[in-house]
Amino acid sequence: MIDVKNLSKSFGDHLVLDNISEHIHPGEKVVVIGPSGSGKSTFLRCLNLLETPSAGTITFENTVITDPKTDINAMRRQMGMVFQHFNLFANMTIRKNITLAPVRTKLMSQGEADDTATTLLKRVGLEDKADAYPAQLSGGQKQRIAIVRALAMKPKVMLFDEPTSALDPEMVGEVLDVMKELAHEGMTMVVVTHEMGFAREVGSRVLFMDGGHILEQNTPAEFFANPKEPRTIEFLSKVL
Amino acid sequence: MPMDWAQYYAQLTELAKAGEELGFFDNFFRLFYQAFIEGERWRLYLKGMGMTFQLTVIALCIGIVLGVGVAVARTAHDQQRPGKKSLLLGFFNGLCKAYTTVIRGTPMMVQLLIWGFVIFSSSRNKTMVGALGIGINSGAYVAEIVRGGLMSVDVGQSEAGRSLGLGYIDTMRFIIIPQAFKNILPALGNEFITLFKDTSLVSAIGGAELIYYAKAIGAKTYEPMFPYLGVAVMYLAAVMVLTWLQGKLERRLRQSDRR
Repeated sequence: MIDVKNLSKSFGDHLVLDNISEHIHPGEKVVVIGPSGSGKSTFLRCLNLLETPSAGTITFENTVITDPKTDINAMRRQMGMVFQHFNLFANMTIRKNITLAPVRTKLMSQGEADDTATTLLKRVGLEDKADAYPAQLSGGQKQRIAIVRALAMKPKVMLFDEPTSALDPEMVGEVLDVMKELAHEGMTMVVVTHEMGFAREVGSRVLFMDGGHILEQNTPAEFFANPKEPRTIEFLSKVL
Repeated sequence: MPMDWAQYYAQLTELAKAGEELGFFDNFFRLFYQAFIEGERWRLYLKGMGMTFQLTVIALCIGIVLGVGVAVARTAHDQQRPGKKSLLLGFFNGLCKAYTTVIRGTPMMVQLLIWGFVIFSSSRNKTMVGALGIGINSGAYVAEIVRGGLMSVDVGQSEAGRSLGLGYIDTMRFIIIPQAFKNILPALGNEFITLFKDTSLVSAIGGAELIYYAKAIGAKTYEPMFPYLGVAVMYLAAVMVLTWLQGKLERRLRQSDRR
């Protein structure tokens, strides 16, 4: 579904991603873990070109999205993204947050989008917040809305960039529950996270990144039970 | 009873002409009446105030259009992806930079004199020339204010917009500009109040506005104190109203901040 070939990214002299090749299959739940500064967020942000790769190609369903001629907006419509800091549009009500993109990209009429928003909000139990502004919500609520906002575009893949890292501990559960539900419905997901429990329970594959490389990857069961690389063993001994 | 006042004024004027020393209040009354009421002069002040407002609105429109245009062009230039610089944007960016540098680096008075007596030296409508000059001046300041506002919006907001597949223009229009506008409203309000007062400079190139009429009255009566004091009070009152309106607008826009 997403094919990454020889992806490199550097900020100035600093090489963040070093020649990464990876393939993400439909229906997979790929969990990316690793220490801070390992390049995992940059890797994720390259997938929808929020960061422009320095080298390499990324192909999404047979379209080379790193090609400058590709309409990147059309590609991004099919790839939902959830951010660490939610990034809800502060100047709009929750309903408008959800309906803006589907309406402006002509995916839906305003009426359809409103119905979609109501359905999605019910699903995450926040239908009473439709007319609230983001500043009135808790972190957990904001992140659930952010997920719903991405889902309103009916994406084929969802990218999560540390979705629970900015949350109070007691709000992490409510967000993970929404993500788990999404996973069970068969959504293709790429999740950068520090939640090892989530990786173990939901992931179909775990990637361990360090120093701009994917050092090791495996099924969650194997990965957590029998890590092979010394760096992985060291990392897991610290976080588990 | 204006009739009686008119008679009283006539008496006092006679006395003054005869070289009589008038009492403080009598003299005050005479000068006040002369400056504002004799020959229905208050109409001139009102007319001048109307012209000043007209000037302000025209200059304001020019300033906003220019300012937002320059700010968006410069921000768009600065936000290009590395390695994908557009030549056209580079050209506009240079032009905009030159514009803000020249306008902010020279006194408005000098700019107005150049507009009025060099570039449009043969124009008869110096008021409109003045409006143009002040609008172009204000545009440079508005541009810097708006640019600061656009940069003050968290980059995550535009990333979120773009990640949903919205284009650059839609993201700017629906997400960034509304938030930037709220952030810069106090600064923008101050700029507009300054602009309102700066329209008084237009009288220097012979444009008709409030000061122009006050000067004319002062020149005719040889008594400049009351015309100028009156004008000061009128400006002050207008600015107080504008400040109040600005506060109201700010409170309205703060709606999305309530918790």
